[in-house]
Amino acid sequence: MTATLSTPATATSRRLTTSKAMVEAISQEMIADPSVIVLGEDVGAYGGIFSSTTGLLDTFGPTRVLDTPISETAFIGLATGAAVEGMRPIVELMFVDFMGVCLDQIYNHMAKIGYESGGNVKVPVVLTTAVGGGYSDGAQHSQCLWGTFAHLPGMKVVVPSNPYDAKGLMTAAIRDDGPVIYMFHKGVMGLPWMAKNRRSMGEVPQESYEVEIGKASIARRGTDVTVVALSLSVHHSLDVAETLEADGVSVEVVDLRSVVPLDRATIRESVAKTGRLVVVDEDYLSFGLSGEVIASVVEADPTVLKAAPIRVAVPDVPIPYARELEYAVLPTPARITAAVRDVLRRA
Amino acid sequence: MINDDLDADRPDPETRRRLYSTMVLIRSFEEAILADYHADKKPAFDIGAGLIPGEMHLAAGQEPVAAGVCAQLRLGDAVTSTHRPHHFALAHGVDMNKMAAEIYGRETGLGRGRGGHMHLFDPEVHFSCSGIIAEGYPPALGQAFAFKRQGGDAVAVAVTGEGAANQGAFHESLNLAALWQLPVVFVVEDNDWGISVPRAASTAVADNSVRAAAYGMPGIRVEDNAVEGVYSAAGEAVHRARSGGGPTLIEVHTLRLWGHFEGDAQGYRGDLEGVPGRDPIPTYEARLRTDGVLDEDEIARIRTAAAARVEEAIQFAKSSPRPDPAEAGKYVFAS
Repeated sequence: MTATLSTPATATSRRLTTSKAMVEAISQEMIADPSVIVLGEDVGAYGGIFSSTTGLLDTFGPTRVLDTPISETAFIGLATGAAVEGMRPIVELMFVDFMGVCLDQIYNHMAKIGYESGGNVKVPVVLTTAVGGGYSDGAQHSQCLWGTFAHLPGMKVVVPSNPYDAKGLMTAAIRDDGPVIYMFHKGVMGLPWMAKNRRSMGEVPQESYEVEIGKASIARRGTDVTVVALSLSVHHSLDVAETLEADGVSVEVVDLRSVVPLDRATIRESVAKTGRLVVVDEDYLSFGLSGEVIASVVEADPTVLKAAPIRVAVPDVPIPYARELEYAVLPTPARITAAVRDVLRRA
Repeated sequence: MINDDLDADRPDPETRRRLYSTMVLIRSFEEAILADYHADKKPAFDIGAGLIPGEMHLAAGQEPVAAGVCAQLRLGDAVTSTHRPHHFALAHGVDMNKMAAEIYGRETGLGRGRGGHMHLFDPEVHFSCSGIIAEGYPPALGQAFAFKRQGGDAVAVAVTGEGAANQGAFHESLNLAALWQLPVVFVVEDNDWGISVPRAASTAVADNSVRAAAYGMPGIRVEDNAVEGVYSAAGEAVHRARSGGGPTLIEVHTLRLWGHFEGDAQGYRGDLEGVPGRDPIPTYEARLRTDGVLDEDEIARIRTAAAARVEEAIQFAKSSPRPDPAEAGKYVFAS
């Protein structure tokens, strides 16, 4: 398993935000393949509430970029049916929190038709959806929920943390012959109306490329402790790693990039090297990704662990509104720092 | 409203023979399934045991809906059916051997034994179904969308039961299909019963076709389980969809001859006494004899041919290999 250390700058690369990189991938695939279309709420003139489709309407027109009614069951199901008949729809669920109104179309139809048909029917849909909190949007607009999608079989789930991966994973997702859930954290998109985040901008090659679905990356090499993270938590983990370096602590940060398939091999290799594990997950703590990551290590070889692992996740409460309450449950740099120090103290 | 008393615009004799033959073939298939389903579930009924395990929703009595609608379709048109899908599958030309093999859980089945009787997919004839009430409608919109976008004139038929008309997916689908003028024909099979709950106890209107008006599309109800009435209504709706006129909602008042699923004792059902007399196949057969369209010999030939075809499919299924348990994880992902 090869893991990339950092974004390779090429002759043609420029610095882009995550959202622009994501849109560039969609645009390039739409040029290359007329069966690629984009549909969802406010994906046209607005360009996506979180800038996931900016400019596409101007370039491709309303026959390929379609604003839908607020009717997720109908239009997500439509995307599945269109995919069955040979199109490659990219369909947006504005907030992942809205899955409750349309989940049947996602997990019982989009995800299962391929299997139920014994592989005879292909469903090449990309479902894009915004995740995450940190800006006081309350319990129904701040969740991550990737663990829920990952738990239900039949969907690949990708979660880019940076511009390079956002473009490469989108290209790979569009070209995949099955459904891919593409979850972008609002905090990594580089939106001008959210807290500034220097890691939401990075080098992105102009030409088209794929980031393989199912491969994690080593976002930072280290020797003392492995921090497995994804999405915005990667940014926090990198910040923490930089700070702790001054104290002589060497933190390795694994950016999962894909939740399904989960790159268990890269996780195991890293933990085998460091012997210590912290999992950072902005999804709920119990029955989810953080437990799965630890199980991946322990099931393979529990003896690689020098100390009991630690999870930094959202405790099992709805995301609160008030800022001090919300930041009490989110996996903040302070909580990650405390966890890393704690795991290093453990025998 | 359409009923069977109208003599004008009868289909031609050849079409009427075809409608009858299709219904006979469907019934013949389901009687064979019924026999094998129960054969090894005696004396104690165990739903998960036997040659055909699992829930079994048979469509006996509802053949006129499938025969009438599908007689108006061409190769390339799509049909999405329900948890009770056999009649539409056969009427739409799904491969009977592979379909039987799927029901018997064999590797040669439509879904290689991964789907089962509620999950039949035959991409050769664009047939699919959904076991979730009303949720087969949205994907049908997508098929219609793709057909329109790809420049052809194929149409998508989306089928539900009357219980589905109270689900959100039903209404969302009607709205979007009308908004985007998609070539869809929505078909509601009103068999009076949502498992054990009668329509009157579940639905605020006596006729679901009136709901079409809320979405600015034509709606029509066919009474009396009339196969020729269905054929006529479907003809108009399919023509409308094919020529760019958008969707239509058709409700057919049909009949659930047997239980919701096999093993359903139907103790809740007050109308059972009159049910056998409402069986649409003998009724239509008598009509065609009276009209001189079919005679005794032709009826016998049709029935014998259907039985032979069904026997071949059942034998194909029973002699097919079972899936390899080691391959249960195959086909979860496309690549």
